Amino acid sequence: MADVHVKQHDYHLVDPSPWPVVTGISAVILTLGAVYWFHGGTPWIMPVGALGIVYVMFAWWRDVINEAQYKGDHTRVVQLHLRYGMIMFIASEVMFFVAWFWAYFDVALFPGDAHEYLRVEAIGGVWPPKNITTLDPWHFPLLNTLILLTSGTTVTWAHHALIENDRKGLVQGLALTILLGIAFTCVQAYEYAHAPFTFTGGIYGSTFFMATGFHGAHVIIGTIFLIVCLLRAMRGHFTPTHHFGFEAAAWYWHFVDVVWLFLFTFIYVWGAGVAVEHGG
Amino acid sequence: MANAAAHAEHHNPTGIRRWLFSTNHKDIGTLYLIEAIFAGVLGGLFSAAMRAELAEPGVQFFHSAHAFNAVATAHGVIMIFFMIMPALIGGFGNWFVPLMIGAPDMAFPRMNNVSYWFLVAALILLVVSMFVPGDAEGTGFAGGWTIYPPLSSKAGQPGPAMDCVIFALHLAGASSILGAINFITTILNMRAPGMTLHKMPLFVWSILVTAFLLLLALPVLAGAITMLLTDRNFGTTFFDPQGGGDPLLFQHLFWFFGHPEVYILVLPAFGVISQVISTFSKKPVFGYLGMAYAMVAIDAIGFVVWAHHMYTVGMSFPAQAYFMVATMVIAVPTGIKVFSWIATMWGGSIEFRTPMLWAIGFIFLFTIGGVTGVVISNAGVDRSLHDTYYVIAHFHYTMSLGATFGIFCAWYYWFPKMTGYSYSEFLGKLHFWLTFIGVNLVFFPQHFLGLSGMPRRIVDYPDAFAGWNMVSSIGAAISTVGMFVFLYTIAEAFMRKRRAADNPWGVGATTLEWTVSSPPPFHTFETLPRIK
Repeated sequence: MADVHVKQHDYHLVDPSPWPVVTGISAVILTLGAVYWFHGGTPWIMPVGALGIVYVMFAWWRDVINEAQYKGDHTRVVQLHLRYGMIMFIASEVMFFVAWFWAYFDVALFPGDAHEYLRVEAIGGVWPPKNITTLDPWHFPLLNTLILLTSGTTVTWAHHALIENDRKGLVQGLALTILLGIAFTCVQAYEYAHAPFTFTGGIYGSTFFMATGFHGAHVIIGTIFLIVCLLRAMRGHFTPTHHFGFEAAAWYWHFVDVVWLFLFTFIYVWGAGVAVEHGG
Repeated sequence: MANAAAHAEHHNPTGIRRWLFSTNHKDIGTLYLIEAIFAGVLGGLFSAAMRAELAEPGVQFFHSAHAFNAVATAHGVIMIFFMIMPALIGGFGNWFVPLMIGAPDMAFPRMNNVSYWFLVAALILLVVSMFVPGDAEGTGFAGGWTIYPPLSSKAGQPGPAMDCVIFALHLAGASSILGAINFITTILNMRAPGMTLHKMPLFVWSILVTAFLLLLALPVLAGAITMLLTDRNFGTTFFDPQGGGDPLLFQHLFWFFGHPEVYILVLPAFGVISQVISTFSKKPVFGYLGMAYAMVAIDAIGFVVWAHHMYTVGMSFPAQAYFMVATMVIAVPTGIKVFSWIATMWGGSIEFRTPMLWAIGFIFLFTIGGVTGVVISNAGVDRSLHDTYYVIAHFHYTMSLGATFGIFCAWYYWFPKMTGYSYSEFLGKLHFWLTFIGVNLVFFPQHFLGLSGMPRRIVDYPDAFAGWNMVSSIGAAISTVGMFVFLYTIAEAFMRKRRAADNPWGVGATTLEWTVSSPPPFHTFETLPRIK
């Protein structure tokens, strides 16, 4: 490539790519399919769009990995771009969770606000709402906190092993992090299945399940990100000085960890009621 | 792999590869501008239809109030998300941020393209929403661009139209967040050697601060409309008080996004005006650093004033007092900008070319919009003006006469650079005067209508409001003619093919885009320029 380019700089001028436009088409199918399903139509259009998105993600990132690993497009300055990009992506994710915490505190801090008389009637003017049995924070939620905090240390172990060029340590640390991530998801799924309150019909279930549910989705995404890194590590990708893909996964994992700490503190512990249940 | 065979034609991809698979900031900028013109004509025709309806009391053209409000809603959403933002940020931002900082392209060229295609996907969803049922009275969502529940809840709008609008906003939001990440990374990391932040053109500054607003405000909207979506379709009760929810929560979340959004719309126009005023006064912009940091200040304060849109919802008096004072504080950095533009012209060798007319028009009209903004920032005064035509007049003076004048200003300023052709000065000036007279006739009388209590979002009104409504509609007819003159101006320039010089504006045009040819080659700055 360098021979046909006349460029005198280290920036990455990416070749034309079909993936963005395929993403756009898939997004239209996904969303229109969802609307059709919501209003009584077949549910099977939406998954076609979702499949398109999943395929594009695979193909697009395969291109990125090829450019980074084999074509040498990821110069130092391009790696710097990727760092900035990831930091800002995480910043936007933080603001997304701000919306869910806002919804939570809107009712949890002011359950008895007299202006909202219908709400006072519905929840009894208290938080957690009357007739809601909450989960015992010192049971499964505490276990999940420990699981995620431990996974934060194992991913750091993997990072240090990578910097020391200790391939075995990298693979072990990553594998352990992934197992802990899967364990978290399993515990969360078990607790959801046995929760003493429901998703529909009340503000407690709405805020609890949407906030923790979006967090859970991010855990799953982060786990997949780490699995990709593990597969790459096993194929000999990454060097002690060039491994931004791994770093991005680790940053994302720490972000997911921190969001959980806020969820644990404010929804599980501070928001626990007198009546608690030990998650089945 | 699709890319494998591409290297030979890397320099000049053609056809589908060039326009559908693009990773070139200039081509993507062009695509954005085409989209914005399409959306602008559509939204403009909607406003012409509304003004035709409102020219006289009684219901003339629309078959129901629902249809009128559906068109009003679509007009708002289209103009904000599919005309102003794509034109100023996606179009001119993409074209000229890399050129002005001496960068070969954006930091993430492929992601740049997905921003564009997400926007097109969003527009498709929005157009579809107009043709599917909203409520029992007809098609389209008729609850206003602010999509407040319960107007946007299952109770208010049971049909699929609202769900389409929600997804349209999701996609447009994703488009803008990715674009914001791209612009911030590009501006912070790809400036040519020697171009420090404090030497960066003000248009680039304006895109930088706008991108931060986008990055931090849009995810909150995404959360809010996701709540709306699950409330409508999955049985949550975020905004339903009978389930312990709170409709005001939506308004808070919406305006936490919505207020920064109005600065998202106008800050890039500020940047354009700074370039153009300086170019045609043949002077560097007055108080450069003050101009840059005034935008930063507007950016920061813009995040903490949102509830001034909600004075009448029953907030506590201390909260109202806070939001009132914080809002008025924004007048200070805005004043710095207006006075600095005037000071830039002071003593300059001013040339009244078409872009300069639009720039001066902008300063005059935006200042009127800013002053009426201070009026309605008073919580007490707003009690009587809330949801009246005064508010319509205020925000159209900042948007339709502010941001849009900024767009046309940028269009005429950079048209020779982008296309390589000169537009006709006569037609450009005709477009300006038709638009200037037209939009002032539309919106100035609406202040009087609002002060006398005419509510917004109505298809019919008492006879007492007839006079000024007729004047307003005559103005709309004139500005619609202006819109067609604009389209003809473009067509004429492309038919006549008058070659434009690399720098058609002379010594006042000092930024880097004037150092490359008109139109620029496919790849610019393959050797990075050095700034002294």
